[in-house]
Amino acid sequence: MTKDYKLAKRRYVIGGFICLIVFIYICRLFSLQVGDDKYKENAESNAFLRRVIYPARGLIYDREDRLVVFNQPAYDVMLIPKDVGEFDTTTLCTVLNLTKSQLLEKWAEMKNPRKNPGYSAYTPQKLISHLSPEDYGRLQEKLYLFPGFFIQTRTIRQYNYAAAANVLGNIREVSAKDVERDRYYRSGDYTGDLGVEKSYEHHLRGIKGVEILMKDAYGRIKGKYENGIHDISPLSGRNLKLSIDMELQAYGEQLMRNKIGAIVAIEPKTGEILALVSSPSYDPSLLIGKERGKNYSTLVKDPFKPLYDRALQGAYPPGSTFKPTQGLIFLQEGIITTSTQYPCYHGYINKIRVGCHGHGSPIALKPALQTSCNAYFCWGFKNMIDKRGTRAYDQFEKWKNYLVEMGYGYRLGVDLPSESRGFIPNSEFYSKSFRGPRWSANSIISVSIGQGEVLATPLQIANLCATIANRGYFYTPHVVKSVQDTVIDEKYRTKHAPHINKEYYDDIAEGMRMAVLGGTCRGAALPGIEVCGKTGTAQNPHGKDHSAFMGFAPYSDPKIAIAVYVENAGFGATFGVPIGSLMMEKYLTGDISPARKGIEERMLNSNTIISSGVKKH
Amino acid sequence: MASKNTEANVSVFRSIDWFTIFIYLLLVSAGAVSIYAASYDFDNASIFDFSEFSGKQFLWIGLSLIIGCVILLLDYRIYETYAYPIYGVVILILIATIFLAPDIKGSRSWLVFGPVSLQPAEFGKFATALALAKLFNSYNFSLNAKISNYFRALILIFLPICLILLQRETGSALVYFSLIFVLYREGMSGLVLFSVVCAIVYFVVAVKFSEPIILGIPVGEFSVFLIIILIFSLMLIFYCRDFIIARNVILGFVGSGILVTILSLCGVTINGTIYFCVILSLAVGYTLIGMFHHRIEKFLITICFAVVSVLFLFSVNYVFGNILEPHQQTRIKVALGIEEDLRGAGYNVNQSKIAIGSGGLTGKGFLNGTQTKLKYVPEQHTDFIFCTIGEEEGFIGSITVLALFTALILRLIYIAERQRTSFGRVYAYCVVSCLIFHLCINIGMVIGLCPVIGIPLPFFSYGGSALWGFTIFLFILLRIDASRKERRD
Repeated sequence: MTKDYKLAKRRYVIGGFICLIVFIYICRLFSLQVGDDKYKENAESNAFLRRVIYPARGLIYDREDRLVVFNQPAYDVMLIPKDVGEFDTTTLCTVLNLTKSQLLEKWAEMKNPRKNPGYSAYTPQKLISHLSPEDYGRLQEKLYLFPGFFIQTRTIRQYNYAAAANVLGNIREVSAKDVERDRYYRSGDYTGDLGVEKSYEHHLRGIKGVEILMKDAYGRIKGKYENGIHDISPLSGRNLKLSIDMELQAYGEQLMRNKIGAIVAIEPKTGEILALVSSPSYDPSLLIGKERGKNYSTLVKDPFKPLYDRALQGAYPPGSTFKPTQGLIFLQEGIITTSTQYPCYHGYINKIRVGCHGHGSPIALKPALQTSCNAYFCWGFKNMIDKRGTRAYDQFEKWKNYLVEMGYGYRLGVDLPSESRGFIPNSEFYSKSFRGPRWSANSIISVSIGQGEVLATPLQIANLCATIANRGYFYTPHVVKSVQDTVIDEKYRTKHAPHINKEYYDDIAEGMRMAVLGGTCRGAALPGIEVCGKTGTAQNPHGKDHSAFMGFAPYSDPKIAIAVYVENAGFGATFGVPIGSLMMEKYLTGDISPARKGIEERMLNSNTIISSGVKKH
Repeated sequence: MASKNTEANVSVFRSIDWFTIFIYLLLVSAGAVSIYAASYDFDNASIFDFSEFSGKQFLWIGLSLIIGCVILLLDYRIYETYAYPIYGVVILILIATIFLAPDIKGSRSWLVFGPVSLQPAEFGKFATALALAKLFNSYNFSLNAKISNYFRALILIFLPICLILLQRETGSALVYFSLIFVLYREGMSGLVLFSVVCAIVYFVVAVKFSEPIILGIPVGEFSVFLIIILIFSLMLIFYCRDFIIARNVILGFVGSGILVTILSLCGVTINGTIYFCVILSLAVGYTLIGMFHHRIEKFLITICFAVVSVLFLFSVNYVFGNILEPHQQTRIKVALGIEEDLRGAGYNVNQSKIAIGSGGLTGKGFLNGTQTKLKYVPEQHTDFIFCTIGEEEGFIGSITVLALFTALILRLIYIAERQRTSFGRVYAYCVVSCLIFHLCINIGMVIGLCPVIGIPLPFFSYGGSALWGFTIFLFILLRIDASRKERRD
């Protein structure tokens, strides 16, 4: 009996065992059901087919409300591999106008995990993209023959002008990285690439809608979830209005044909970019639809780099277009007054020699701008940097800070994705390269005439020109004038003014006016319009000099400020001036006067690309 | 005689355990409702539509209740008297099934009678329980008296196991192994149960944790060695009650452990297997020399435990890698969470975890479960019925069901212990064991803690055979229990 009593105690072991197991199971259930949200998400992706309804991408207009970019439907053949039943491949080939091997190739491509990392037999996969409307019509009729197949309507871009590719950009399918970076995207979506398509992607893309359908374990659609009350309708993207004048832009691209370089035209009062030409360019419609991949790689391989936006990314020696900045700094610093004169005996001669060309001597600021005298600005620079009682190091920092205020040396912040910052050295830079503080104005004299270490983008040059046109202030240049239902970024509505008095800008503007009336920019004179200008002939280590020009018009009420930069084209007066003046004339009068048709003709037909040294393979 | 019988019958309904009946009714009706929910289609007809699973289940429940009443009305002595004949008949049916049953998904366990199919394996449980109870109830029978008594009990258990294995119903056959609890209750050494538990723990730990590597061996193996050392030390203290040996052995373990840690920190790595084998051999050797002769048996058992444990550990990797079939390895790996084979063996478990996990605290509400409705969970009205509860009734519903089962099992243990005969007690523990096994394996599999073994959740899962099998099993117990008072007269 005692033994029995002992054995009876074993009921507690058995009872304890089941209680322990149940306790473990309760813990597990708690972690599954209450602790972890992963399963709820899994359940949703299981049972709900969230069919995305794509919004229409925002349209793009130019400043005159001309439609530039619009949407066109494109049809993709989609399928859910698991649901694909038996079908007749021959019929499918006939319907889609493909050979059997082409179809098999597409099929293999879809299943290739390297080309299509998101492949799953359970989710919609794209078999063929961009079906032609005829193929689409035929397939739509016969779709019932191909279980598991469906057609997805998407929109692709269409362009009214074969111009401004660098400004507009294009759209491409999102990469795996994009999907990771932004939850908005799903594999197969489109996103902006380059240009405003990229920088205004958030406005253009709109908000995707979704309809929630229920599907069972076999992928069959069981209707809308709760009659569609959870569905979200898509919200179209916002339209953009560019500040670009498409006629002017196209004209600029024509003028730059067979030349390498850039034109930037800005409306000084607003900072709106009127034209942003980079040459050579390409037709934006090359990068849409089926042929995009092929054309894109051709463009990438092109030795003239058409995808490289020289207006924003090209960092060039500014040459003589830099001289106005020097005049402004010297005036503000009290180094010179408008009556200060410096000698020029065919150049700056003071232990070292910087050459110049024939004109009277000594010379004051305005005539020096008029004739683009090198010696004048070298002397000014020397007197500033080597000023008695100061250190060259501090004086040069001051000099640099003025230039930074004027928009040099850093990105201006244009509303396009890629911009170069140019280069303005600081004192530290020279102390490093001369291995110590023992450097003086003479060591670095060439920066005063826009050579040497100084580099600027055509956009920065145009911005300087706009600042002079405004007599002392600028707005950050931008290509989008307005966005539908919203305002453009604060930063494009903020005035920037360098710490330089307005009257000094008046002096510089007068000097630039004189250059057109009787100096290096005579070719820029337009009938009935007071044009101001400054040429630039930039030496460079890559061959023939670059031809540069900056100018604005009219003198008293500027409507356009422009910078032209043509690589390896020689004197500023040979290409920069005529192209700049034609652009200004076209913009201000809408046409080219008969007297100047000859110049236009010459510019349209000239070719400087041959002197660039780049060989087309 | 007739009047006495009537009296007896009346007293049956007076002395029957109504608490158990109450839980039983709750479970079967909750089961039927869950089956309705699991097989509910969006444009489904009535819950009582007999062409649907839920409708049929109501029919089966009705028949179960009739069977239950009949069992309660019969004389309790019938079950004891005819225990062996019933066992014999069921064994014959099981044999016949092997030959007569059509092949359904690789198993030959269903007998088809026109529109009705029966799975005889479900009826084997109560028959085996009756036979086992009868055996233990025989005059002067004691499990530990003779070794042949073990054989007689084991034969009764293994005969149906073999027959059901021949029908390729592994899951149903495994259920009979749970009768080890009965043997334990009736006097089998607790060491056997302890060894079984240890073996399962070693196996799971060693197979599941293959990363990271500590001292040149996987962390799982490392942990098993630590467990062996721990149990060995504890056995020396609490089982052999020799505190001096225990103290020295533990000091040896701790000291060498510190030494090895310092060495490995200094960059000298010692192979873990060698270290553990050496230190365990030293401990075993020391124990052998120092042990008291009057407790020699306990010391030897302790030493045997350590040695067998180490050998078992070594054989686990070999057995797992070389003897088990790949699909068996996969099932075990999926159950242990090593592999996530979402399209193969893991699909069921993953989908059922998703369904249950998506239920949350309070569930999605009756008939609102998307995972079960849209047929993501396979076998959702049979083996995976618990998913429906998990998804639609949430954590609260799930633990309610678990609590009901626990209450039932604890109640049955209580009933078992109040039996005055071995027959009643053994039979009751058979019911308890089978319920424990079904509950643990079924729910463990649904929540991804056990391998997928296809056995139903008692009273819940769809199917007449299982429901009737368990009803008969349970109601015979209730009838036997109700006779406690009759005997007293």
